[in-house]
Amino acid sequence: MSQLLGIPPQALFGQLLLGLINGSFYALLSLGLAVIFGMLNVVNMAHGALYMVGAFVAWLLLTYAGVGYWGALVLAPLAVGLVGLALERTLLRRLYKVDHLYGLLLTFGLALIFEGAFRHHYGVSGQPYPIPDLLKGGTNLGFMYLPTYRGWVVAASLLVCLGTWFAIERTKLGAYLRAATENPTLVQAFGINVPVMVSLTYGFGVALAGLAGVLAAPIYQVSPMMGSNLIIVVFAVVVIGGMGSILGAIVTGLGLGLLEGLTKVFYPEASNIVVFVIMAVVLMVKPAGLFGRER
Amino acid sequence: MPDGMRKTTAGTGTAMLDITDLHGFYGESHVLHGVNIDVRQGEVVTLLGRNGAGKTSTMRAIMGIMGKRTGSIRFQGHELIGMAPHRIPRLGIGYVPEERGIFSSLSVDENLALPPVVKEGGMTVPQIHALFPNLKGRGATQGTRLSGGEQQMLAIGRILRTGAGLILLDEPTEGLAPVIIEQIGVAVRALKQRGFTILLVEQNFRFAATIADRHYVMEEGHVVDMIPNDQLHANMDKLHTYLGV
Repeated sequence: MSQLLGIPPQALFGQLLLGLINGSFYALLSLGLAVIFGMLNVVNMAHGALYMVGAFVAWLLLTYAGVGYWGALVLAPLAVGLVGLALERTLLRRLYKVDHLYGLLLTFGLALIFEGAFRHHYGVSGQPYPIPDLLKGGTNLGFMYLPTYRGWVVAASLLVCLGTWFAIERTKLGAYLRAATENPTLVQAFGINVPVMVSLTYGFGVALAGLAGVLAAPIYQVSPMMGSNLIIVVFAVVVIGGMGSILGAIVTGLGLGLLEGLTKVFYPEASNIVVFVIMAVVLMVKPAGLFGRER
Repeated sequence: MPDGMRKTTAGTGTAMLDITDLHGFYGESHVLHGVNIDVRQGEVVTLLGRNGAGKTSTMRAIMGIMGKRTGSIRFQGHELIGMAPHRIPRLGIGYVPEERGIFSSLSVDENLALPPVVKEGGMTVPQIHALFPNLKGRGATQGTRLSGGEQQMLAIGRILRTGAGLILLDEPTEGLAPVIIEQIGVAVRALKQRGFTILLVEQNFRFAATIADRHYVMEEGHVVDMIPNDQLHANMDKLHTYLGV
């Protein structure tokens, strides 16, 4: 069997793998957006920029401090999370009592500032980031060639997504988070410091974006605009999955990545719009999203 | 209310909860106008009054979850006004809100386990199940799938776990069938016997009369009268006028 529906299997599986990798990033990023939106009611337009910051922190650590990939995998999300904490404490906090649109505008402005600052210092051409030695090379699976690093990215993001899902849906801390998402006043009246929880939630959500940035660094160039290219699709993913739904964000992210890959094989012209066509259809049929609950 | 009255109602011993000249605001609107209430250890005290008289607002003011409050709310010597809202329950005050506040994204067990234990000596889950047998075996059910009465039992039960000594119960009988109201009444009496202090908001004063020691009557954001339960019958006409029933 050298052909599958008129497509060589190498091309089909190659595109599916690409789709799965894109899907992993969609899932990681939309997961953070979903957690943040659920708790803060903020549409975090700065998410793509903070993903970019994560990648840049990894590159800066390597270039100026000699800290390699594995160190960056811990330090960069931590740094992005701290930036998030600072943003939440100083800026976002002031907007909870006003319309959602203000939060959207503020975070959009922050995204422009971050991207502008990095573009000013590092230009737009992008910096290469090497694949760590341990993950170099690849495996011939018979039907396709699997580069080790790409397999690692898919596995690592799946693990982080499932871990996050477990923490939110199955632990005591997650129960506080879910309860505070529903009724923060009452959770406060039970003796839980909700404002601190809100800060930590934002910090955690953007740390996930930072982690995605580090994972992306060896695949894509580390460039100031890498986030804004991705984030539009990620917002479509969040809308399709359902605003604030954790499982929805993960499943839809991976599913749409795969679908995009398939479209590239069978009808490449449509691959850039397929996600948005699906978004339009979902909004018509199920306005709250595939996994969303009507409010 | 007349100054002299507070002195006579305070009775023996010091109050566990002592509210003096409490004013409360939601944004621009001034909803509490100088509330004076005291509750002694082990008492069941009700707040009676029509809709909008300020009963629920008084409870929210105690929990620190209303816009702005002035005056004084002292609980076991601690001043609650100015205290961060999440510290107030940690002193040992449990809140059962009017809308019950069962979380739909949490199971019955998760709802029951949600409020942190703030003091030693709270009831265990088996004890809570013994008090409210309806909750037994329903642990995995989504919280909001319980009937209204069961949700009320869950809302009370989860507070009993925390070890709080003072419980604020906001209209526990609202919208419930008489047989369920009876069950809630049995539970509240059992709590009183266990030594819990209870501040109860009620529209249903016939229910209140079966469990309370004293009744405060509220009108337009302040307390207009205090009636000990044993003088309730003598004051029926007055009470009918207050409540408009």
